[in-house]
Amino acid sequence: MTKKRKEKKKKQRYYRKWGYIFTLPFFIGFFVFFFVPLASTVFYSFYEYYMVGLMEVGPNYVGFDNYISLLQTELPKYALNTLILWLGGFVPQIIISLLLASWFTDARLVVHGAKFFRVIIYMPGMIMASAWAMMFFTLFSNAGPINSLLMTLGVVKKPVAFMSSVLGTRILICFMMFLINLGNSTILLIATIMELDLDMYESARIDGCSHGQAFRKVVVPLLSPVLSYIVITSMVSGIQMFDLPQILTDGQGSPNRTSMTLIMYLNRHLLGNNYGLAGALSVYIFIVSAILCFFIYRILNKKEE
Amino acid sequence: MKRFIRSTVVHLVLLILTILCLVFFFLLLINATKDKTELLGDFSLIPGTHASHNLKSVLTYGDIPLLYGILNSMIVAAGSAFAAVYSSVFAAYGLYMYHFKLRNIYFAVVMMFLVMPLQVCTLGFLRQMEKIGLEDHLMALILPSLASPAVVFFLYSYLKSVLPKSYIESARIDGAGEIRIFNRIVLPLLRPAMAVQAIFSFVASWNNYFIPSLVIDTRRKMTLPVLIAMMRNADFIKKDMGKTYMMICISIFPVILVYLLLSRQIIEGVMQGASWNNK
Repeated sequence: MTKKRKEKKKKQRYYRKWGYIFTLPFFIGFFVFFFVPLASTVFYSFYEYYMVGLMEVGPNYVGFDNYISLLQTELPKYALNTLILWLGGFVPQIIISLLLASWFTDARLVVHGAKFFRVIIYMPGMIMASAWAMMFFTLFSNAGPINSLLMTLGVVKKPVAFMSSVLGTRILICFMMFLINLGNSTILLIATIMELDLDMYESARIDGCSHGQAFRKVVVPLLSPVLSYIVITSMVSGIQMFDLPQILTDGQGSPNRTSMTLIMYLNRHLLGNNYGLAGALSVYIFIVSAILCFFIYRILNKKEE
Repeated sequence: MKRFIRSTVVHLVLLILTILCLVFFFLLLINATKDKTELLGDFSLIPGTHASHNLKSVLTYGDIPLLYGILNSMIVAAGSAFAAVYSSVFAAYGLYMYHFKLRNIYFAVVMMFLVMPLQVCTLGFLRQMEKIGLEDHLMALILPSLASPAVVFFLYSYLKSVLPKSYIESARIDGAGEIRIFNRIVLPLLRPAMAVQAIFSFVASWNNYFIPSLVIDTRRKMTLPVLIAMMRNADFIKKDMGKTYMMICISIFPVILVYLLLSRQIIEGVMQGASWNNK
């Protein structure tokens, strides 16, 4: 009996060893490239530490000073910019996605070229954001083809300076975000609806509901886990918004820093070698992201059970 | 009649969205074939006559070495995809099959960092690269992919849905060693899921701009997005727009071509990911 148990324990130890071996590459990658950098980022956030030319100032321990002085900069404005830009892209995206998903899954509606459309709508998301930004910068510039088209058609007399107005710049950024992300959320929604048990929907239709009513009242509630997943992952990528406004406005967030996002501001401190402030800003962003990650964890875990 | 109107509206909206998705690429392509004087004239959809001239002037322009950029991006993206997929398939299998002591902590870490933006640890990351001598080195862009929590989670869910643990147990009883089991059973089973994840990792790395722009200083080591961003400041952008359009074209159209070839797998991959998330 004891012999058997001993053998079992030995075996367990043997398998445990394999567990560590298999997970080792991930662990090394995580430790070297995430964990240590994250820890040192947090560490720097409590120090006055920056470069003036080639001279190094600090590191001197200053407690929460970096956090407080960040709040006195234009940081709240940049956070608001990020939020506005995210909402401006996301709200139309989710509305159109839901609309498309409802059409594509309506058995009574024959959509021609549905497969082709799915391929086309996902394509913008494959193109790198930096190329998008450069493309829009050239196409919407004063001498660009959009302006020349508008003038040839006689819509405007003088070229529209899209990128010198607050609204114009923001609309361009939101529009690119919308095109880049639309395909992904649409396809996620279609895939989810196709897996749902739609008996309830059918009986609602037989009882005389229109497709729109039945979709809103029966299908959308069933979609709430995937919808919240889409909202939160989109928020996380919204916080990371950088490439599009950075390249479109040449890192200036112009006009008047109204399109400056959080990560663009972080980028400035990183390039300016202000390690203390960059650290504190990173920690702020980390905290917000961690809260969002927690919600994603809850959504996915609920499904696990 | 009502049905007909609805169908018309639906197809009209789809048509508009299709045009919105394609029109900018189309304008770009047209303009890339024009030279300065052709661009100055009235708007027209007729292609110009200077495509090869523009192409030549882009490829011979030394300040923005686009061919090096493409090569570097290829190396980085392929390396990242390889690192991400293999490291993740090991980790996913390790987490799925073995109940070691730190397993729960490990799993919590994977979930915690599932969508964590890398940007939050960039400061420490850059300092760390200096310390281990990887600053201005392509490896600094490849090795972090070893830890790709999202890929681990995807492959873990996939394993759970296709591979019952009893399978492995019976292989063990038949006398197969752990490595043999992994090579003979797990890898072949996971190959389609790995291919999909490899495509996604490749694309994510190919499109990445933030970290490469901070890590790489030497022009010939820069990846494509960093070089494209440099065009924003280049002095020729006002003088020679045809060249600018051509440069953007070169960075976009190969990707579109590859995407169209792989679109079936890619879209199926997204749909599968969604359906496992929902189970």
